[in-house]
Amino acid sequence: MIPEVGHLALIFALVMALGLALIPLWGSFRGHYAAMRLAPSLALGVGVFCAISFACLASAFVRDDFSVAVVASNSNSLLPPVYKFSALWGNHEGSLLLWVLILSLWMAAVASFSRGLPTIVLARVLAVMGAIAVGFLSFSLFTSNPFARLLPAVPADGNDLNPLLQDPGLIVHPPLLYMGYVGFSVAFAFAVAALLGGRLDAAWARWSRPWTNVAWAFLSLGIMLGSWWAYYELGWGGWWFWDPVENASFMPWLAGTALLHSLAVTEKRGLFKSWTVLLAIFTFSLSLLGTFLVRSGVLTSVHAFAADPARGLFILVFLALVVGASLTLYALRAPAVRSRIGFSPVSRETLLLVNNVVFLVTTLTVLFGTLFPLLMDALGQGKYSVGAPYFNAVFVPLMALLVPFMGLGPISRWRDDSVHRWRSRLLIPGLLVVALALILPRLSAPGFNLWMALAVLLSAWLLAGLCVDFRERRRNSPGLLRALRRQPASYWGMLLAHTGFAATILGAVATSQYRIERDLRMAPGDVAVLAGYRFEFVETRRLHGPNYRADGAYFRIYHDDKARDSKALNTARGDKAVAELLAEKRRYLASGSVMTEAAIDAGVFRDLYVAMGEPVGTDGAWAIRLHYKPMVRWIWLGALAMGIGGLVTAADRRYRRPARAGASLDVRGDARVNARVAQA
Amino acid sequence: MHPLRRQRLWVVLSIVSFSSAAVGLALYALRGNINLFYPPADVAAGAAPRDTSIRVGGMVVDGSVRRAADSLQVRFAVTDYRASVEVVYEGILPDLFAEGEGVVASGRLGADGVLRAHQVLAKHDEDYMPPEVAEALERSADARALP
Repeated sequence: MIPEVGHLALIFALVMALGLALIPLWGSFRGHYAAMRLAPSLALGVGVFCAISFACLASAFVRDDFSVAVVASNSNSLLPPVYKFSALWGNHEGSLLLWVLILSLWMAAVASFSRGLPTIVLARVLAVMGAIAVGFLSFSLFTSNPFARLLPAVPADGNDLNPLLQDPGLIVHPPLLYMGYVGFSVAFAFAVAALLGGRLDAAWARWSRPWTNVAWAFLSLGIMLGSWWAYYELGWGGWWFWDPVENASFMPWLAGTALLHSLAVTEKRGLFKSWTVLLAIFTFSLSLLGTFLVRSGVLTSVHAFAADPARGLFILVFLALVVGASLTLYALRAPAVRSRIGFSPVSRETLLLVNNVVFLVTTLTVLFGTLFPLLMDALGQGKYSVGAPYFNAVFVPLMALLVPFMGLGPISRWRDDSVHRWRSRLLIPGLLVVALALILPRLSAPGFNLWMALAVLLSAWLLAGLCVDFRERRRNSPGLLRALRRQPASYWGMLLAHTGFAATILGAVATSQYRIERDLRMAPGDVAVLAGYRFEFVETRRLHGPNYRADGAYFRIYHDDKARDSKALNTARGDKAVAELLAEKRRYLASGSVMTEAAIDAGVFRDLYVAMGEPVGTDGAWAIRLHYKPMVRWIWLGALAMGIGGLVTAADRRYRRPARAGASLDVRGDARVNARVAQA
Repeated sequence: MHPLRRQRLWVVLSIVSFSSAAVGLALYALRGNINLFYPPADVAAGAAPRDTSIRVGGMVVDGSVRRAADSLQVRFAVTDYRASVEVVYEGILPDLFAEGEGVVASGRLGADGVLRAHQVLAKHDEDYMPPEVAEALERSADARALP
């Protein structure tokens, strides 16, 4: 009964979304006030029905209702309760329902927090989001119904959730990622609404900006969690693979970063208007493309799970419709929103333009590498795959190019600045940074590593710019505390995000330059020395989990004492261990699948990582993977700071002020514009 | 020239030169880093190049997996049921690697016709089959059905 309620709620949601997409939009062109006023209530209605539907599916999962097909194939009665719940989005149908739910939540949020918005703008924004909801709701209902039943042959138990997904990281990773992905639909809807109205000004950017920042922040956090999960769960110890599915989430992030900065220019200076709109369209299109790549299974990927190519066609058609329609609208209306304000080549505008160009070009190169195999296959040139070296070779220099300008950004002035001013402020910090880059890598590791020196150079330069900027802000107000309190939230967000970026650069380069990875054949009692640590394989253990059995390899790790005989075990002497690690090889009872559970001793400056391969030989030896990963945490801590920074900027006081009085005036103004366009 | 126009010209010129540099970089990076997929039948027929990185995929032949006694070296054969290719790999195999399951191995083909793999990908869940492998198997099924 409950699954049918969920199905019905989904159908109601589709009907309401259809109404939302059509009625307020019609009203906005006819100046029909009542029709426009319907938009917020319809949006909330879609949200409520999606939530009901989601709750019904969740209850089917939690109650082990194996008559529902997705539950039977993705859950199991032995599964721990929290994974029963998260199994909901560990499959195609359920994750699509989550997509729709999050879209409807964003709609509801826009409907409730945008009371200050002119009615006509709100109506159009929600109508555009409603149209997107129609697309995804019908995708869910017509091609991948999550409530399909297995009647009357109800299986006694479920097939189990893929063991890789039975992990705390996977409970939060997909929702966060979708919050980001789908959140860009708000920026997209604002852009399309502005094009429809033919009016795009600083107020528009101010409405759109907090939504974009929040979406970007969630996407950052989602990507960070995904990278972290891959690191400890896939058992290879890598943190980024340039896998098509990773790229699918990374491309909207790159384009979204460009959008974020371009919106800043539009808000502060009324510039780059049509460019910002184009970026908003581009970013959301990449989100849709990402959904297509992940959901269609057209690309070979370590992340790929069984998928149906026929479903890919639906998204592809939807993508073509969205992109085609929005670009056509853009071509028709963009000339009306062009800005005619000049700025000097030496100014903050130019620096942000550099940011935009670099991020856009980076996005395009990643897009090219990701789609290249599809392109060659379509041309009949064979089945290619593009390896990580391609992406590294393109991505790293582009990001390195970005940072010199990023350091200048905070101290630069809008409209007109002077090279002389930059030089007087940054010459001494610049020299210090160079000295630091030459010295610091030598202190931490023997020999001179050019890459590490460059990484220190770039990230220290970035921080130097931030420090100089802060000193100037302080100078303008009496007392440190006063100065701190006077800075707006958007400043703190920027500071946090840029500092995070510097930390990520350092972490990524240090890990890739100084990591040590060994695959060894080890039996209990064996010792391996790695980067000054002695890894002692003490014993193997049998372990019993709630829904799995496991072999465990128990390791004690000590600081390597070079003076001592390498054969003697510290364990036998009762020395104090740096860490004790228990790596596991699990066999899940329901599916019989085997999974590696790595054991990690995490630290600020290094991670020690032990993972089990398979048993080899007859003497109880195992293939063992030992890793030493310096500063790997900095990558995720940096990304975390970027995400939090994004959230903080959205909390800025100026976004909470009522946008503007005189909404009715706006309606008339807009209706006039529309009438003019219609005549033309 | 009008200052606004001159400024636009600058912007356009720098974007164009920067983008072409990026395109050049991308093409250069692409040259050495794309791997073509070959079904075992093509490899056996000599259609696959030696000493360039390629990918070979199919099913792991039952009973073909042999581990060295003193190292992590492992040998196995991959087949599309028309021909099979011997693969040597040193290291830890993915969890879902097993005889009779689909895999894709990337590496270089030696003069002896053995693929020295630096990476072995297996499927990540029970139902998934890498698309290339699925297609290679389909093609070989068609080829066997024809005569």
